[in-house]
Amino acid sequence: MSEYRVLPGPEHFLPPAAASMGIRLPNPGEAHINGVIASEEKAYEEAARQFLMAKVPTIFPGPLVLWAWNEKAAKKATAIRHLFNTLKECVQPGQKPMLIPMPDYRPKYPKINPEVEINPNHPNLTIWHNKIDCCMFVGVHCHQANLSLKIIRGGTSCYTIAMCAQAGHEDAMLSFRDASVEKIMKLADTVKRLKGTVQPRLSAKNGGAN
Amino acid sequence: MADTHSVIGTKNKKGQTYTDTWKMMNEAPRTPSFFTGSEVIKEAIRRASCDVMIAYPITPQSEAAALIGELFAEGYIGDYFRGESEFAVMSQCAGASFGGARVFTTTAGPGTMRAMENFPMWAGARLPIQMIVTCRGINSPLSIQPDTLEIAYLLNTGMLVWHAETAQDFFDWILKGYIVSEEPDVHLPLALCCDGFFVTHTKDVVNLTPADMCLPPYDPYRSPVPCMDMECPPVRMMRDPFVMKSNYISYATHASWQQEIWAAVERSRKHTIHWLNGLVDTENTDADIVIVASGTAVSQGREAIRMLEDEGVRCGLVKVKALRPWPEEEIREATKNAKHIFVPEFNVTGWLAKEIRATVPNHQRVHAGPHVCGGMTMPPEIIVSEIKTTLGMKTFSLAGRGS
Repeated sequence: MSEYRVLPGPEHFLPPAAASMGIRLPNPGEAHINGVIASEEKAYEEAARQFLMAKVPTIFPGPLVLWAWNEKAAKKATAIRHLFNTLKECVQPGQKPMLIPMPDYRPKYPKINPEVEINPNHPNLTIWHNKIDCCMFVGVHCHQANLSLKIIRGGTSCYTIAMCAQAGHEDAMLSFRDASVEKIMKLADTVKRLKGTVQPRLSAKNGGAN
Repeated sequence: MADTHSVIGTKNKKGQTYTDTWKMMNEAPRTPSFFTGSEVIKEAIRRASCDVMIAYPITPQSEAAALIGELFAEGYIGDYFRGESEFAVMSQCAGASFGGARVFTTTAGPGTMRAMENFPMWAGARLPIQMIVTCRGINSPLSIQPDTLEIAYLLNTGMLVWHAETAQDFFDWILKGYIVSEEPDVHLPLALCCDGFFVTHTKDVVNLTPADMCLPPYDPYRSPVPCMDMECPPVRMMRDPFVMKSNYISYATHASWQQEIWAAVERSRKHTIHWLNGLVDTENTDADIVIVASGTAVSQGREAIRMLEDEGVRCGLVKVKALRPWPEEEIREATKNAKHIFVPEFNVTGWLAKEIRATVPNHQRVHAGPHVCGGMTMPPEIIVSEIKTTLGMKTFSLAGRGS
């Protein structure tokens, strides 16, 4: 097993792809935390804990759930909205959950508007501008998600979570695979269950992403 | 929208049943058939639920492109046409794949080289195209004879590269290759190589799966990048190409993109091991001498091992099936006991020996050879001779008649 661990950065001028460092994706029914295969149950707990600890827990929904291109996508979008609302209900004063879409993948110049969107080619602008210290990608095409997750790990201290509908992401610090409405709802339930049990990082020293 | 699993058990327009691939390849009855390698390619594609095949059938290296034209006439291929050059063919393959089609093509030798610009583009665009490479000479003066030098150029394109030894490998790996390369965490093109002429033109007994079973169709909605439609044409990805910008983030994005291609090659390892039953096959790797080879050099190595056994020399064999992903750990493990590692190859540069030297500890154990090239055959006697010479045993000269 690889000794490499997928941890919050800033890691390197050009961090490696975790797959190239020997990190393997989870099999169905599993997840990974920091590159180590873990049970989904443990991953729900850890993801919820990270959300509740964060000063600016943020969900980045991508095109696969932003448009109602099939019934499943529409249901997932509703579940994601429910997760966001749950986060808002469960955080303490001073924490600021955000929902920032990744509507498409075009490189945008001179730069994106980080208030309203995130782009896989410029993710750090959105992370830095909004001081996001924990984020979850959902509904982003896998290639684009991995581009972004590596850049975020390279240049920020943001904790990254992937709720992937396919095989998962080694480049996130925590990844689910085969994401479904049920899994998103279960994460929301876990956040609700852990409400009040996790101390948020609200001090200036620890809050916000580098 | 296609859903791969929901169509299992239903029939296509030719009456073939979409079948679970594992069952089709491992549990369905097989029929022994006596075919050339080119005919085997045709039979595999008959069962592959291919949407598009694009051909540049000028090369006499393989009849496969023409034979698949017959499949199109019979209704087994969605579309089939000829490009105006190899470069055009590979570009057209990209277009078809961008559009969500399962795509097949063949090439060889100078055609591979002419089309080369497209292969890193395929990988970068995450297009799971399958390309058969029936290797032949690439340099001037031209040769249509087998020579595996072109594989060396494919190794760093970001494509998956497999090297078949026999027509049976070819049949099975064409079908399994689509399954591996279309996995959403892989989603890369596959160069499925064989040594031209030896595999393509000679007949062999090949055990075929039932012709009334076929692969489930490709599901482009599992792709890690958006497939092309009128809302999201690929030009949107390319409208502001990174090459046009000079700033840190555009470089970082391009770097991350390249890393992701090679990460996908790494991810294919798990799936390739599952479907090919390992990246390598091994025999007697506790021996002091091990032959490591790919393609038909494996067959010649196997025969050389039999001949050496008759003389009391015990030899192991490592058949390298996948070159990308590279079986680094497997080769290291299989050669850990070897005092001498021989790498017979059908090319002048010895690219496989170089890869193995870079992989194993104490690389002075690696003997790069024997080599033949330009269409020469590799009699097992020259492998035997090379090994015996290294061991200080008396041997003979195959080429000379002596005085």
